[in-house]
Amino acid sequence: MFMEYDAATFSRMLTGLTLGFHIIFATIGVGVPLMIAFAEWMGIRKNDEHYRLLARRWARGFVVTVAVGVVTGTAIGLQLNLLWPNFMQLAGQTISLPLFMEVFAFFFEAIFLGIYLYTWDRFKSRMRHLLLMIPVVLGASFSAFFITTVNAFMNAPQGFELVDGVITDIHPIAAMFNPATPTKTAHVIVTCYLTSAFVLGMIGAVKMLKGDHHVYHKKALRLTMMAAFIFSIGTVVIGDLSGKYLAEYQPEKLAAAEWHFETEEEAPLVVGGMLNEDGKVNYALEIPYALSILAHGDPSAEVIGLEEFPEEDTAPLIVHYFFDSMVFIGMYLALVSLLYLLFSWKKKDWMHHKVLLWAIAAGGPLSILAIEFGWVFAEIGRQPWILYGIMRTPEGATTSEHVDAMLLLFIGLYALLGTSSAIVLRKMFNNNPVAHELEHRGIEDRRDRS
Amino acid sequence: MNYEILGIAVLWFFLYGYLIVASVDFGAGFFHYYNKVSHKNYQVNKLIQRYLSPVWEVTNVFLVFFFVGIIGFFPDTAYYYGTALLVPGSISIVLIAIRGSYYAFNTYGSKDSRIYSFLYGMSGLLIPASFTIVLTISEGGYLDVSDGLVTLLLGELFTSMYSWSVVVLAVVSVLFISASFLTYYAFKAGDVASYWLFRRYTLFWSGPTILASVLIFFAIRRHNPQHFSSMLDISWMFLLSLLFFLGAVFLIYRKRQLGLAFVLVMLQFFSAWFGYGASHLPYLLYPHLTIYDGFVNETMALALIAAFIAGLLLLIPSLILLMRLFLFDADYVRGNR
Repeated sequence: MFMEYDAATFSRMLTGLTLGFHIIFATIGVGVPLMIAFAEWMGIRKNDEHYRLLARRWARGFVVTVAVGVVTGTAIGLQLNLLWPNFMQLAGQTISLPLFMEVFAFFFEAIFLGIYLYTWDRFKSRMRHLLLMIPVVLGASFSAFFITTVNAFMNAPQGFELVDGVITDIHPIAAMFNPATPTKTAHVIVTCYLTSAFVLGMIGAVKMLKGDHHVYHKKALRLTMMAAFIFSIGTVVIGDLSGKYLAEYQPEKLAAAEWHFETEEEAPLVVGGMLNEDGKVNYALEIPYALSILAHGDPSAEVIGLEEFPEEDTAPLIVHYFFDSMVFIGMYLALVSLLYLLFSWKKKDWMHHKVLLWAIAAGGPLSILAIEFGWVFAEIGRQPWILYGIMRTPEGATTSEHVDAMLLLFIGLYALLGTSSAIVLRKMFNNNPVAHELEHRGIEDRRDRS
Repeated sequence: MNYEILGIAVLWFFLYGYLIVASVDFGAGFFHYYNKVSHKNYQVNKLIQRYLSPVWEVTNVFLVFFFVGIIGFFPDTAYYYGTALLVPGSISIVLIAIRGSYYAFNTYGSKDSRIYSFLYGMSGLLIPASFTIVLTISEGGYLDVSDGLVTLLLGELFTSMYSWSVVVLAVVSVLFISASFLTYYAFKAGDVASYWLFRRYTLFWSGPTILASVLIFFAIRRHNPQHFSSMLDISWMFLLSLLFFLGAVFLIYRKRQLGLAFVLVMLQFFSAWFGYGASHLPYLLYPHLTIYDGFVNETMALALIAAFIAGLLLLIPSLILLMRLFLFDADYVRGNR
């Protein structure tokens, strides 16, 4: 390849590639079941067939994304062992419990998803069919929880003693519930919900922009935007707590994200900007006191700067861009869903205004981007450590000579899977539009058209 | 019984579970494609889809469970197998990814596609072959461990009679297990045409299955005499396996008690699988790694076993529900639901 071979660097690239591809499907996999359950519940409660059809169609598309999520999840599970054998040999002693439990949670979800999908018209009671969705939602969220505790452990390892490179005195529960666990897991789960709500909202918005003003799409939009608003509030609150966590436990990660170089009180927040070659920040917006508030909830608090840490222990400064983009998109999503709710309450004429529909449609891809940015920030932000403070990343990597070829192999695989799933999803819904399916199921009523 | 034995027995059991459900799944994918290109009968493919659709996701979890579990109980396996298996392991991942995705694309997409059906049918047959590399290298002689580096000797692997005999056994077993299950399933569905077809497939693949098993014995004797002699010590397990096999073929040939026949096939592989596993002990990787090297510490072993029991309490009722709703629901099997 075009760069000098180094197994650790290629292992990082391949792991990043697989995870980057997997989380698109994993995020949808965690959030969409909840939205399907909401839709079906609304359908039963209001006795409205539109909502039930919404649940049906979401579920149908969901299966295709789940398939890719499952296989890429299997890939990353195996790749952890193949690319980071030395890390797994050491950390396997402590992280195997949550890994094990994640598989159980997923198993549980898989069983009930299979049942749910094939029993739409089998039970007399509609409620019973909806109940099948509860284990799916729980399984999805718990597998996200368990796998995130593994990542939290890598950021804040505890629950063992390291004596001359050998792990002893292991406390599996302490390792799982480390200081990073609460904020990390909560942030991951709520953003999965938020992203899924926006991705589904996007579908309705795009349909309406294309001129299809069926009441079905309006109902979809209303349901998803209400959910999105609630989840975006959750995201902002938990995001703030995550900042306070970093200030206390991983100050150099926060300092790198905020380009906060000198330790000072009343620290300002640097928003945007560019770093020039002399390490000076240009074109940035500085908000006085904001970083102190973000870090400690007190405008005069002292925030530790990057100068306090040796250079080999700090993350690349590029993480600032990812952090800012993630926060910006989070704010954007909260604002758009808030506007929709305000209009639906006070200004109904503006509810389906083109500009707002465009903003909602953009929220779909943007929310996925925010997930990617957030993970890139979290992962590059803890470099150079694979196990924070204990094992540096290159020490954990494989010594194999073929990682570069494997990287090419997987680039090909993900390109193939990404394209095929996009084609299949498009075909599935274009060949069977809503109006057609409503008529087919005998639900359609002329009065619904508006 | 100590934790090491308990741990490996549990994991071995899950791998056995994977062997059965995945074989049915992989074989069905192959038959699905084969029937499509040879225009045998369309009914058969509907039958296969009806069984597979609700369960395909579950199959994969058995596998994940195994490799997560083995790292949990025996973290040192990560070092040896992880380093050596990068290339073959990655190829297996690609095959699994293609199979799983294209199965879903083909089944849930807007229409049945010949290319998608080819991709998932063929990759399914290659997956068992690619997995057998792990079993092969566990016999020793295919790894170079020196200077703290573990390297897979590809030349040795590709020219060894043992490794090829394992590949052959894996592929024919998949077709045999799958066909015997589908014979039973087609019979229950009252689908006469499919039943005759799968009965023929089962009888056809029974010959190669038993030939390949015999071949393995000779190959192991040459490759790893120590393992061969421990296999002789528990030869009753392999004889039992042969009896189960003969019983299954007899029942299918006489068209009687097809459910029992499939159970006998499961028992045939159960006794052979545990016989092979037990005689392989205490080695995880001959002669470098035993189950006593680098076993996870006791607290963790207990936590894993506790999690395992709790998980089973959750899973077993759910699996029973899944089977009652689909596998053992006569109306569903016949396609009335």
